[in-house]
Amino acid sequence: MVLFLARRVGQAALILLGVAAITFVLLYCLPADPAVLIAGRSANPQIVAAIRHELGLDQPLILQFLHYLYGLLHGDFGRSYTEKTEVLPLILARLPATLILMAAGIFVEVVLGLTFGVVAAVLRDGPIDRVIMMLSFVGVSSPQFVVALLLLYVFAATLGWFPMSGFGTPANVVLPAVTLGVLGAGWYARMVRSAMIEVLRQDYVRTAHAKGLRVSRVVMRHALPNAILPIIAMIGIDIGQFMGGVVVVEAVYGWPGIGQLAWQAIQQVDVPIIMGVTLVSALAIVIGNLAADFIAPFVDPRIRAQ
Amino acid sequence: MIKSLLKKTAFAAMLATTALVPAAFAVSGTPSKGGDIIVTYKDDIATLDPAVGYDWQNWSMINAMFSRLVDYKPGTTELGPALADSYDVSPDGKTYTFKIHPGVKFSNGREVTAADVKYSIERAVNPKTQGPGAGFFHSIVGADTMTAGKSQTMDGIVVVDDHTVRFNLVQPDATFLNVLALNFASVVPKEAVDAAKGDFGKHPVGSGAFLLKEWTVGQRLVFVRNPNYFVKERPYVDSYTVEVGQEPLVALLRLQKGEVDIAGDGIPPAKYLQMRKSPDFKGMIVDRQQLETSYVTLNTQIKPLDNPKVRQALNMAIDKNRIVRIINGRATPASQVLPPMMPGYDKSYSGYAFDPTKAKELLAEAGLKDGFTTTIYTSNTDPQPRITQAIQQDFAAIGVKAEIKALANPNVIAAGGTAGQAPMVWSGGLGWIADFPDPSDFYGPILACGSAVQGGWNWSWFCNKAFEARAQAADAMPVPAQAEARYATWAKIFTDIQENDAPWIPVFNERRVLAKSKRMGGSDEVYLDPTRVIDYEAIYVNK
Repeated sequence: MVLFLARRVGQAALILLGVAAITFVLLYCLPADPAVLIAGRSANPQIVAAIRHELGLDQPLILQFLHYLYGLLHGDFGRSYTEKTEVLPLILARLPATLILMAAGIFVEVVLGLTFGVVAAVLRDGPIDRVIMMLSFVGVSSPQFVVALLLLYVFAATLGWFPMSGFGTPANVVLPAVTLGVLGAGWYARMVRSAMIEVLRQDYVRTAHAKGLRVSRVVMRHALPNAILPIIAMIGIDIGQFMGGVVVVEAVYGWPGIGQLAWQAIQQVDVPIIMGVTLVSALAIVIGNLAADFIAPFVDPRIRAQ
Repeated sequence: MIKSLLKKTAFAAMLATTALVPAAFAVSGTPSKGGDIIVTYKDDIATLDPAVGYDWQNWSMINAMFSRLVDYKPGTTELGPALADSYDVSPDGKTYTFKIHPGVKFSNGREVTAADVKYSIERAVNPKTQGPGAGFFHSIVGADTMTAGKSQTMDGIVVVDDHTVRFNLVQPDATFLNVLALNFASVVPKEAVDAAKGDFGKHPVGSGAFLLKEWTVGQRLVFVRNPNYFVKERPYVDSYTVEVGQEPLVALLRLQKGEVDIAGDGIPPAKYLQMRKSPDFKGMIVDRQQLETSYVTLNTQIKPLDNPKVRQALNMAIDKNRIVRIINGRATPASQVLPPMMPGYDKSYSGYAFDPTKAKELLAEAGLKDGFTTTIYTSNTDPQPRITQAIQQDFAAIGVKAEIKALANPNVIAAGGTAGQAPMVWSGGLGWIADFPDPSDFYGPILACGSAVQGGWNWSWFCNKAFEARAQAADAMPVPAQAEARYATWAKIFTDIQENDAPWIPVFNERRVLAKSKRMGGSDEVYLDPTRVIDYEAIYVNK
């Protein structure tokens, strides 16, 4: 177990290094010159050159990268080009909001996905199953931007149940979390349904039924734990998906997370912020997958046995 | 969907607030103190450091937080005293001496002195600050050595005594007062900059109309009245809260519900006409000319655009009225480089009329009877690609096939500033607006030889020594004595450039739009001030 852990952490470090290198090179390849954007229209070439020097952009790429890595190892993510302030506090200030949103989004997708998936499997091929499957299809295929605006219109603007935007109260998180979770819920419902159908056909389920157990007990206690495994692995992957999704959702709902920060930084080629957000996101994805790997043996004894 | 969305909510909001509406309209026009208002923006506020901030949002906020030696009278392009009670210009136009108003205090309690002025401008020029305004101060003696990193001070800024500061210029600069009214020339206390340890943008200290009370990252900034502001009668509102991260559409919905007072990002183009026509929005839309021209640059160094006849032909090919319709009439067709509000704008000059037949003849004269192929770069945010498509169609009508390259703004800027790369660039959406109301601002950074360089903004790569000499002569004319003559000289320079060389296709002058709640008072000019955008000092709440 310890060896397994050490190997996975080693892999994670390599992945992060790779992400850092690729992002760095990609940003370097952009034709846009941050020094020109910072110096503004009034600048003459001397001023642009002076700023390029200040930013260290006049050094060879490899030196710039090593310099960046050296900083990273000392907890220094560099300074934002546009905000002229340390990147790490900027990200840390916004990270909790994103984590809250992601946690709420995962909660929504798991609860909705499991409920609908199980109901559909138990009532398979009936009208309720059809409706659920159709809804899940709609959920999977709806662009988040559209879902967000629809929810805003119905539940915030028309019915007034939730605030239109903002942050801080539990009511604020509902609509963004549903927007973020609805896509995953659609996937989960479909996956849980097919996994459950398979499990429900197993002999031991028939035995359970034959013992005279209540349907709810057979489904919840005997069948579901065996159908849930792929979901756990998926949540790990979902964290990665969410890192992309939060950019849109945060933008529409005015959620003060790192997605919003990343979006603005990309517009302005603010390399240190883009690098910082990318690395933090990559770290979140790596941790998410690691966590999924660790949880799986506790849920499924077969994995433990390996 | 969205269309009916706004209509219905607008109706609902009207029902809810009918009782209030007549009251709101009853009294208006006399500014009075009081009121707390809410302003929304989509983008977060990057910084409040006056040496650094240079975007639509923070420009207005910085302007209202700091003071400068001179400033514009609200809603106008007319300069007046601010921190300086008076100033003197030497007969040769190379020395400016300012008397600072005594007793003005920073919000940390210390008095503003001449040494603060010197420090602040040196800080704006110092490359270590990495500010976008350094270039404006190039005419002050010592700016070059500071840029080169050879000095940390500028000899050209002299502290005569605590309340007197003198500027020595390398050459006469008719726009020097305009430069001193820019946010970049705002006065900051050195001890607060040092104490912030490189984070002054988040911990600003100034001597302007408002103080920053609270800044919650990604959510809101609260500005409150500066009780010690040296202009006693202002500001009018007690506080303004800026809520960021608000989608423009969401902001408009909230505006209708009365939750918001100013939707800073205005009205999305697709909603503009509908809101304009709707009686529900009467008195809520501010729609004003700004110091802006949107244009196509024609790269004078790339064949066949190096031939003036070809550039003139392209100028005649564009149906500007149709393009203005594409953006729902939010602009006026442009005839020349300068926008109509700019001193030096020539009302009598009508530019190149839309005439595809004549354009084809000119192309034939240039030996391009069958047209040619070219590329036009544009920003990829709506409506810019649609506008570029209209331009593409107009070109096609005279046989010119233009391929569109729609890229993110920084990449368009990079392409334009690289020699020999972009034959044409559509300037829309790239934030080109005058920094100050003087015609020279439309020459130096975008049409002068000095800006036709790698990383420069003269994307026509236009460089004509004859015009260069005329521009220098115009800027050497002393102001205010010969202001009118100087403007006339500049007017002729711009119309001559366009008539002879046509390095641009001036397409339209875009107006800026902002939406405000019905309780907000003050003329349109203070909501879209020519130099401040929103003038937070001058807006007020109707009682």
